[in-house]
Amino acid sequence: MTQNKEAPKSGSILVVGGGISGLTTTLEAAEVGYEVFLVEKNSFLGGRVSQLNQYFPKLCPPTCGLEINFRRVKDNPNIKVFTKAEVEKVDGTPGNYNVTIKLSPRYVNEKCTVCGNCVEACPVERKNGFNFDMDSTKAIYKANDMAFPSRYAIDSSVCKGSDCNKCVDACKYGAIELDMETKTLEINVGAVVWATGWSPYDATKIDNLGYDMHQNIVTNMMMERMAAPGGPTNGKILLPSDNSEPTSVGFVQCAGSRDENHLPYCSYICCMASLKQATYIRAQYPDADIYIFYIDVRAPGKRYEKFYNDIKADEKVYLIKGKVAEVNEVDGGKIELVAENAVTGEKVRQVVDMAVLATGMQPNAALNKLPADLVYNEDGFIVNDFDKGGMFAAGCANKPADVVSSNQNATGMALKAIQTLVNR
Amino acid sequence: MSKKYCVYICTGCGIGEALDIKDLCGVPEEEGTPVKTHEFLCSADGIDLINKDVADGTNSIVIAACSRRVNYDVFKFDGCVVDRVNLREQCVWSHPRSEYPALTEDQKDDEEHFDSLQMLAEDYIKMGMAKVEKINVPEPYKGEAFTKNILVIGGGVTGLSSALDAAKAGYDVTLVEKNAALGGYAANIRMQIPVKEPYDALVSPMVSDLIAKVKGSADNITVKTSTEVARIAGEPGDFTVTFKTPGEKIEFDVPYPLPDDMKLDEKGNELPVEELHAKYLEYNEGKADILTFDPDGEKFGAVVLAAGWKPYEPAEGEFAHLGFGASADVVTNVQFEEIAKNGKIVRPSDGKEAKSVVFVQSPGQGSDGDFEYCGSVTSMVSLKQAKYVRDDYEDGKAFVIYQHMRTPGLSENFYKGLQQDDGIFLTKGDVTGVAVNGAVLTVDASDTLLGKEIAINADMVVLATGMVPVTKDEAVVNLAYRQGPAFRDIDIFDGYVDSNFICFPYETQRTGIYAAGGIRRSMTIEESIEDASGAALKAIQCVESVNRGVAVHPRSGDMTFPDFFFQRCTQCKRCTEECPFGALDDDEKGTPKPNPARCRRCGTCMGACPERIIGFADYNIDSIGSMVKSIGVPSEDDYDDPPFRILGLICENDAYPALDIVGLNKMSFSADVRFIPVRCLGSVNVIWIKDALSQGMDGAFLLGCKHGDDYQCHFVKGSELAEVRMQKIGDALASLALEEERVAQFQVSIDDYDKLPGIINEFVDSVIELGPNPFKGF
Repeated sequence: MTQNKEAPKSGSILVVGGGISGLTTTLEAAEVGYEVFLVEKNSFLGGRVSQLNQYFPKLCPPTCGLEINFRRVKDNPNIKVFTKAEVEKVDGTPGNYNVTIKLSPRYVNEKCTVCGNCVEACPVERKNGFNFDMDSTKAIYKANDMAFPSRYAIDSSVCKGSDCNKCVDACKYGAIELDMETKTLEINVGAVVWATGWSPYDATKIDNLGYDMHQNIVTNMMMERMAAPGGPTNGKILLPSDNSEPTSVGFVQCAGSRDENHLPYCSYICCMASLKQATYIRAQYPDADIYIFYIDVRAPGKRYEKFYNDIKADEKVYLIKGKVAEVNEVDGGKIELVAENAVTGEKVRQVVDMAVLATGMQPNAALNKLPADLVYNEDGFIVNDFDKGGMFAAGCANKPADVVSSNQNATGMALKAIQTLVNR
Repeated sequence: MSKKYCVYICTGCGIGEALDIKDLCGVPEEEGTPVKTHEFLCSADGIDLINKDVADGTNSIVIAACSRRVNYDVFKFDGCVVDRVNLREQCVWSHPRSEYPALTEDQKDDEEHFDSLQMLAEDYIKMGMAKVEKINVPEPYKGEAFTKNILVIGGGVTGLSSALDAAKAGYDVTLVEKNAALGGYAANIRMQIPVKEPYDALVSPMVSDLIAKVKGSADNITVKTSTEVARIAGEPGDFTVTFKTPGEKIEFDVPYPLPDDMKLDEKGNELPVEELHAKYLEYNEGKADILTFDPDGEKFGAVVLAAGWKPYEPAEGEFAHLGFGASADVVTNVQFEEIAKNGKIVRPSDGKEAKSVVFVQSPGQGSDGDFEYCGSVTSMVSLKQAKYVRDDYEDGKAFVIYQHMRTPGLSENFYKGLQQDDGIFLTKGDVTGVAVNGAVLTVDASDTLLGKEIAINADMVVLATGMVPVTKDEAVVNLAYRQGPAFRDIDIFDGYVDSNFICFPYETQRTGIYAAGGIRRSMTIEESIEDASGAALKAIQCVESVNRGVAVHPRSGDMTFPDFFFQRCTQCKRCTEECPFGALDDDEKGTPKPNPARCRRCGTCMGACPERIIGFADYNIDSIGSMVKSIGVPSEDDYDDPPFRILGLICENDAYPALDIVGLNKMSFSADVRFIPVRCLGSVNVIWIKDALSQGMDGAFLLGCKHGDDYQCHFVKGSELAEVRMQKIGDALASLALEEERVAQFQVSIDDYDKLPGIINEFVDSVIELGPNPFKGF
């Protein structure tokens, strides 16, 4: 029997990206006993999932797990979190990386108590990117109620600065520093995990689906915000054109995905996401007609298949196998979806009050290459090289995946990072 | 520890404007406890103030300021007992003066008017003071023996990968495989699905490479083939494991709990404890009890369960409409793989070349579902096997008939690659039947992309049947736990040892045992390898946490553990039975034996115990009970029309944050409610509610997570068990001549903050409707 009470080997891990995958890698490694630096470019942790209303198939709020994870971060002295931070440069070899991190000014320091006086004083409105510009916030803002760290930030692109100074005057706690400057931080770590996540595929690029031409076409991520209690409509799903209640909604699957002109791969989550969003609509509108146009319903595994079967049992959910090829606006704001029914060959024209484009996921690394020696596949996903070690991609930086798989993957990558430290 | 108290009241963030701070200071002063105020307590200056006192010996601190969810890092004082009283979010921000006005000079002491908000804040300070008096700084649990070694059960791709991963991180691993050879199912396949460019060619199985690596790591990895686990006893960090040859019957085979129907006498009453034990011994004859540890057992710190899956075996006649059973040439995908592994694809019936093969993805008959236990794996396997036909025969034809082609994510690339092959026909369709005409199989399908009704003549038909987790029918892990040898409640996952949590995929109800691979979900080889790394990490994390004497998820790092005052135990066994994690094993008399390293610190045992003998250093019956007792209950002696008082016991993980968000959004709710956060509703002991009501409070309610199959309780069972207890409390209330409607439980999610004020106010109104508690003032 071993009686080995020594602590794990020393060494630090850098995790880039504070979404669910990055948080998972961070926490799982830190709870083994390793020091972890977590770098997040936004002013808050939580990433893409913090914009979701519910997870499929449980229909539970992502904030529930995030809250537990934030508590784990708070309780763990091994974790150092940097928000408004981006990695600028990584040099070195497995076991020994020198990393340069740029810390952009938040303009609000740790004295902030989130009392909210600054928000009342701020005269500048900005479009709220967290809600996909469907509403606005002040220039001094907190992305969402559950945001962690719980502190305001200032959007310097719209803030009028010290000429205005109203927030500074309103803050009793000296928390606002409009002259805060960009800083650079150098750290040395043994391993790096890139959990840089994904962005929704830009729907304006899909010309035939008319996203930016017709008001009542939204993306699936916008639907998440519309259905969320903290969203632009306080959780009420309404037509963007006139805030009226929809009587019919059409989901356009594979909006950009499985399409050589856009994303050639399958984005993994959109089928389940639309089925889930059908439940959002059903919960608010018991009589609404819901149309889902698909190529295949990718609801693999017993649990997902069960969820799909439950949705299918709804008599007012119509599943049509056929890819939407054309979208028109008719009858003052209604949307006509035109598809060929792949089974019958008939051309289907379905008019709905609102269309939801199930846009897919594009790795952020495809949009902005990362400042490190990494290998990408054709679509911008980072390819892991476990023989080389040292740097790894976790979650959707590595491949399109749902949250469960991303968390599995992110947990595994924590171990790969630890292996690098142990074997250096 | 000798305690020196001090209360610190922050007056910032609107607290000072809304409350009469001088009066508030009177609360601790009256008890002789020092109190200090600061206009910005979380500032460096404020913290300095506290630190100076700590240096002078203050060690029991009440911080009356903002929610404990914020400023956690600044209000941290090592070696001190600290309570955070939430005056901000849950007092002044959610009870605006516009709705709860302060008293005018005339109204003060007129026995008619009272200041609801001030009373709320005063109560919360009293409750905080009561709490710090009753709790102590925890010390970590350290077991006597400890090992970091990892046991991996299952020598397939997942187990091999897990063993390698753990070994590579510096841990000693033992890998057990019940078969004579390593490799599992992956050793029986011809080729593997490609996972990177080029996607149009199959790749050689990688399992032999894994086996070679494991064999090459003999220093760290001990391999035991033809071996299975007879039992795993003990707790993480100190599991005692007995191995045996498969099929062998030994003394340390795991005993099973008595089935429920054997626990009863003829009249249906539970048998006395001695008889139960006698029956249990009889039922498990020849096996040592779980509390007898195998002296020759091997020690392990944590376990990775990678025992995999077995092919779905169709019942007789189950797929008769597909010709299965009627023709030897209708086979399952596993049988087909076996043929492919042995050489060219030939028909089982006559050994002739099978050049035309139809792959059936869905059993049809009105459903568009795949075969049971499928997942995306079977879609991909059909494509792979179609490719075998093409690789073997230049003029070969493969037809894949599916309802939904499930190649999610990047596996779409493989599907696309095959679409270029003009010998592979892929079509959606509903296979209506397979007719057997001698050597020719005719597959009928409707609603296909090739036509409304089609008929394909084939040499062979392959059914894409699924992967059944081995845990569906057997315990496999064989835990010598009183609750039984298997994972609990996996029927909601159809026998998979899966986690119910999207966020926490490795959670199981058995601490220290982490499942990976096909036993958890139908997974491809690639997915299984990835999953193996995650499970290995969790196993390592568990042993390191035990080494530090702290809990694992979700209360990671918690140093407390349940303490039992055994002299008063009545052997009722409730704690042993109700623990969601099976942490307790009782002896023949029913006295529980705690296994702290299995414990997740939810406190369900504390909530279950009718004798109230279980508690934690910083969370116990007395600490919460004293908080309840410190709540002021005004009566007619105080006011002509005294306010109601209602107790709210709330889940600290979800309901508490939701209430903070209510405050953050400046929504308001009744000021008659006093909230006490609890670790989990499962830890709520009904004595707290009885105490509240017998001291004159008018009602009590619980706010906690959703239960049912899609439970959101982080401790799996807590909110469900609380609901059962609340239902039983009705009788106790009736004996006090109180209406059972005075007690309720509500299920809320963390994002239900918009609904919370309504839920709270509605309950308060319903209690007001019932009238004041007649015990008030006694």
